[in-house]
Amino acid sequence: MIEIRDLHKYFGTLHVLKGINLDVQKGEVLSVIGASGSGKSTLLYCINGLEPIQDGKVVVDETDVHAKGTDINKLRQKLGMVFQQWNSFPHLTALENVALAPRIVKGKSKADARDIAAQQLSHVGLGEKLDAYPGALSGGQQQRLAIARALAMEPEYMLFDEATSALDPELVGEVLETMRMLAEEGMTMICVTHEMGFARDVSDRVAFFHQGVMEEIGPPEQIFGNAQSEHTRKFLANVR
Amino acid sequence: MQPTVTFFSGFNINDLWFLGEAALRTMWISLLSISIGTVIGAIFGWILYEGKLAATLTVAPILDIFRSVPLIIQLVLFYNFAPIIGLNLDPFASGVVILTIYTASLVANVARGGIEAVGTPMRRAARSLGMTYWQDLRHVVLPIGGRAVFPAWVGVALGVMKDSALVSVLGYVELLKASQILITRTQEPFLILTLAGAFYFALSYPISRYAAALEKRWAQ
Amino acid sequence: MFDYNFHWRPVMKSLPDLIDAAFLTLQVAVLAMIIGIVIGLCLALIRLHLKGPLYWLASTWVEVARNTPALFQLFFFGFGLGAFGLHLSPYLIVLTGLSFNCAGYLAENFRGGFQALPDTQLRASRSLGMTAWQAYTRVVIPQVFRIVYHPITNQMVWAVLMSSLGMLVGFRELSGETQFFASRTFRIFEYFAITAVIYYVIVKIILAASRLLAIRLFRY
Repeated sequence: MIEIRDLHKYFGTLHVLKGINLDVQKGEVLSVIGASGSGKSTLLYCINGLEPIQDGKVVVDETDVHAKGTDINKLRQKLGMVFQQWNSFPHLTALENVALAPRIVKGKSKADARDIAAQQLSHVGLGEKLDAYPGALSGGQQQRLAIARALAMEPEYMLFDEATSALDPELVGEVLETMRMLAEEGMTMICVTHEMGFARDVSDRVAFFHQGVMEEIGPPEQIFGNAQSEHTRKFLANVR
Repeated sequence: MQPTVTFFSGFNINDLWFLGEAALRTMWISLLSISIGTVIGAIFGWILYEGKLAATLTVAPILDIFRSVPLIIQLVLFYNFAPIIGLNLDPFASGVVILTIYTASLVANVARGGIEAVGTPMRRAARSLGMTYWQDLRHVVLPIGGRAVFPAWVGVALGVMKDSALVSVLGYVELLKASQILITRTQEPFLILTLAGAFYFALSYPISRYAAALEKRWAQ
Repeated sequence: MFDYNFHWRPVMKSLPDLIDAAFLTLQVAVLAMIIGIVIGLCLALIRLHLKGPLYWLASTWVEVARNTPALFQLFFFGFGLGAFGLHLSPYLIVLTGLSFNCAGYLAENFRGGFQALPDTQLRASRSLGMTAWQAYTRVVIPQVFRIVYHPITNQMVWAVLMSSLGMLVGFRELSGETQFFASRTFRIFEYFAITAVIYYVIVKIILAASRLLAIRLFRY
């Protein structure tokens, strides 16, 4: 379970998260929507400790992410993350991309790491591309590679940071399909997304962020059918 | 009474003058070689760009030799080769000849890069306005291409300035040779080398920083 | 044709010695490059991530290496350090001088490489639970090496050419050995001509080897 309590985040003097309170249960799929600059991506970075926070706390399975004694590298193995720019490692083949972290972070043997990697790559439909370098893959394939790379660490949570925003429109579908598959398998997911269709059909709850504040959170039917907040309705009217 | 004392005398004000004069010689030989070498190099660069196949087979490999053999070897070789063909050149003249060719071989590549940086569409546009070939070269290629490679050219020029220290191998008393002479006499290597190094640094550092700043500004 | 008789026989006789000296040249250049790469990486990382005394030390190193003549640097490690009672052997003078110089130039190349690499690569690595050290050694530095591969090759060529300065500090690498033979036989031109050819061949071999290595290393 991820518990976020009164989280404040500043970039210099810019107050980007203004006291966020949020719980995400095991097995839940949460979509986070909102205009760019509303702080939703920053939230993900704070959850896995890639950004320091100024106030409040983030607790993942009873471990305080930002506490001094926390082994952040160990904690991050639980929190798979997929970025907007897919960030595949260009100097490694698809298989090596996925096998690297299990080998050097988890200390798996070379053979085990390769088995895990091959398995995860087939899982996301890249079973044919094991020896391809990322440069030879399409954006959609690279993003699925990034998903496989995160899954190979056997995370308990997956954080998606606008995983489809940087993709050409015709490649969005295959990545969303992969994410939908993960959701159906019961993975706990927090998806920052601009894909309203995905948010409505796949998530258990949808959170709407506006200028560093979580304006509204609820089941998709509420957000998309009967939003309580003026800002939410305005935002949704504009994106449609 | 004590001749050794006068021989190993300490560093004095005359020595500073001696170093200053040598520094001027470093600047003079550099300035001369860099200016002539840049002009010749620019012409070679243009030949490399326009000549395509013929130039690639002739000029390019010759220029390449000057970039693939240590400058010090080139200097000694030329200084000893000139008398063979009946030229009696002093160390200064030999130094200028080799430093000039060396500069030209480096500038040629820079200049070609500059012309390539302008790009065919822009040159077609210039020609479509009725400019002649030379007008295009003078008013379009030179300002645009020159700007693109100016920082690289500064790098070459500063490199030649520093490499001019090697002419000392022929006996030309530029700054480093003068330092060496003084060190032998005064036995104050640290002080004298620091002075010499500071001179090079004071000349090279501001210019290289200026070029870097220009590059940054032009890149925007 | 000329009023000069070329004598190639003594040169040919000492060719084996010259080849041996060429290997010494290569050895000192390769060692200087290895030391230069390690130190250059550290200098670049210090300049990118640290402040305070270490930053100033690294910056001074880089700027002095780049803005003073290589010969000055060699002299400094030669008799400059003598002022502190530290007398290095000719071999060590050339090795330390070249390493100092290479580290300074490579540091700037590495800095450019680190800056060219998107920092999202580091983030992605850390998000997988890698430590900073693992992320740098497994993901960041291998990619930076590809970005700076060409500059490193050039620096290797420079190191070979620069090692010829050993001649001026009494080190008998290829140039020093050549001068030794030349001054004994007075066939200065012939000796230095052959040596020029040897340097040219070494440089071409390095460039060819670098190209072959690149094909093996960078399959992406």
